Amino acid sequence: MFDIKKIRDDFPILKRKINGNQLVYFDNAATAQTPQIVIDEISNYYSNYNSNIHRGVHKLSQEATDAYEKARETIQLNFNAEHSHEIIFTSGSTHSINIVASGYRDILKKGDEIILSAMEHHSNIVPWQMLCQKTGAILKVAPMDDNGVLILEKFKEICNDKTQLVVISHVSNALGTINPIDSILSIAHSFKARVLIDGAQAAPHIKVDLQELDIDFYVVSGHKLMGPTGVGILYGKEKLLNILPPYQGGGEMIEDVTFEKTTYAKLPHKFEAGTPNIAGGIALGAAINYLNEIGYDSIAKYEEMLLDYATSELAKIDDLKIYGESTQKTAVVSFNIKSIHPYDIGTILDKLGIAVRTGHHCAQPIMDYFQIPGTVRASFCFYNTKEEIDIMVKAIKRAKTMLA
Amino acid sequence: MKSIIEIQNEIIEEFSLFDDWMQRYEYMIELGKSLPIIDQKNKIDENIIKGCQSKVWVYAELKKDKITYTADSDAIITKGIIALLLRVFSDQHPSDILSADTSFIDKIGLKDHLSPTRANGLLSMVKQLKMYAIAYQTQLK
Repeated sequence: MFDIKKIRDDFPILKRKINGNQLVYFDNAATAQTPQIVIDEISNYYSNYNSNIHRGVHKLSQEATDAYEKARETIQLNFNAEHSHEIIFTSGSTHSINIVASGYRDILKKGDEIILSAMEHHSNIVPWQMLCQKTGAILKVAPMDDNGVLILEKFKEICNDKTQLVVISHVSNALGTINPIDSILSIAHSFKARVLIDGAQAAPHIKVDLQELDIDFYVVSGHKLMGPTGVGILYGKEKLLNILPPYQGGGEMIEDVTFEKTTYAKLPHKFEAGTPNIAGGIALGAAINYLNEIGYDSIAKYEEMLLDYATSELAKIDDLKIYGESTQKTAVVSFNIKSIHPYDIGTILDKLGIAVRTGHHCAQPIMDYFQIPGTVRASFCFYNTKEEIDIMVKAIKRAKTMLA
Repeated sequence: MKSIIEIQNEIIEEFSLFDDWMQRYEYMIELGKSLPIIDQKNKIDENIIKGCQSKVWVYAELKKDKITYTADSDAIITKGIIALLLRVFSDQHPSDILSADTSFIDKIGLKDHLSPTRANGLLSMVKQLKMYAIAYQTQLK
């Protein structure tokens, strides 16, 4: 039973007032809010068993290690990875992508090809550009159409035997488009290419089955998943993670160290040098449990209702154009009003207590495609309501009158 | 010719007439609309101030011993802020520009825009105006 009142009560921040108005938080695609149960988990860690993991023989260290490893298993089960050691804790999606991109420096050769989509976040563009500069590999872009939908035929056309990697977002952060990752995976795999999927925007909304989809690498950010900032996940198939060299050297990631030679620890520790964000990892486990208690199906159904309602209400505003009109979308609406800069609308909405994102959303190539400086992006979460959308629509009309 | 401090006090007095943020912003928007447009030949990439979410162009030229600034932005609220800054700093002597403080922005209730996280880059604009002043001051010596 989806009880919106009860759910809203789980998020203390939603009670805040901004500039004298009740907060309306529509910047969920940047960071989702954190339920009390997750905040409590962090507090409980520091209050009761804060200590370093995997090393100490003492009670606190054992408790912390158990909780951290339990969180890893929770994540493994949630995403249906085959092994828990295929789940690497990182600081977030960007860190996760960089681990893989950096590792491929030793694997790619000059002339090899990497394909990415035209709707990637900068964090899924720049590490691959750096990799190409280092190795002489070539970056190719799979285009999208005017609705912000990947053109699958064109993607297929640019795949060939030199394609080593395909990197693509599961969901576009700027447009909300859900990419057909099952088709992308099967096309890429038919050319023996590996596929990295940026799941930062998908994981809070879509249940992902890593094994069923046969995904090679998948990356997630904790703070978009009701978890804390500074923690994220890299999933990689065991055999692929074993081939990749370590990203950072340090403690925790070694088996034996002498001044002549170091042998690296097994997965997942090989990629977890130094003391990790222990409280963050444990809290991320709690966040995933929280999401599962509400249920991904209920979440998807409710958010779809919010998306449909927002889209139809916004479409009634004269001169408002929505960018990203795929039939497959998460609850994100990116829009502009004719002759008004998105920054101006965002500023007025902020004054009215409404948090939206304005700008290029770290996806400048998308903005260049549409030849716009940026958009206003309202991104919804299951704790948002239709009433809040009404408040935003009213505020946009007010901003429009002021700015026209 | 009024001094920088006189102009700042004038602005503070004007803004004190407003009851709420709506009126302040409506005034800023009006200011933005009235900003004389920068000469098209100076609206080039080299004159763009980095670090602003909206595009901001600033051009400065020395007329006798004073700097005249012209500027533009693609966002109207940003243009309003620029209009205020230009009213304060344009047609002033470089050394006066360099020694001027910008606390009047705080006093007129636009403090939000001074935060370094604020994407309109008001701080970048002030910095850029002062950079021109440094350059022209050297030229005058």
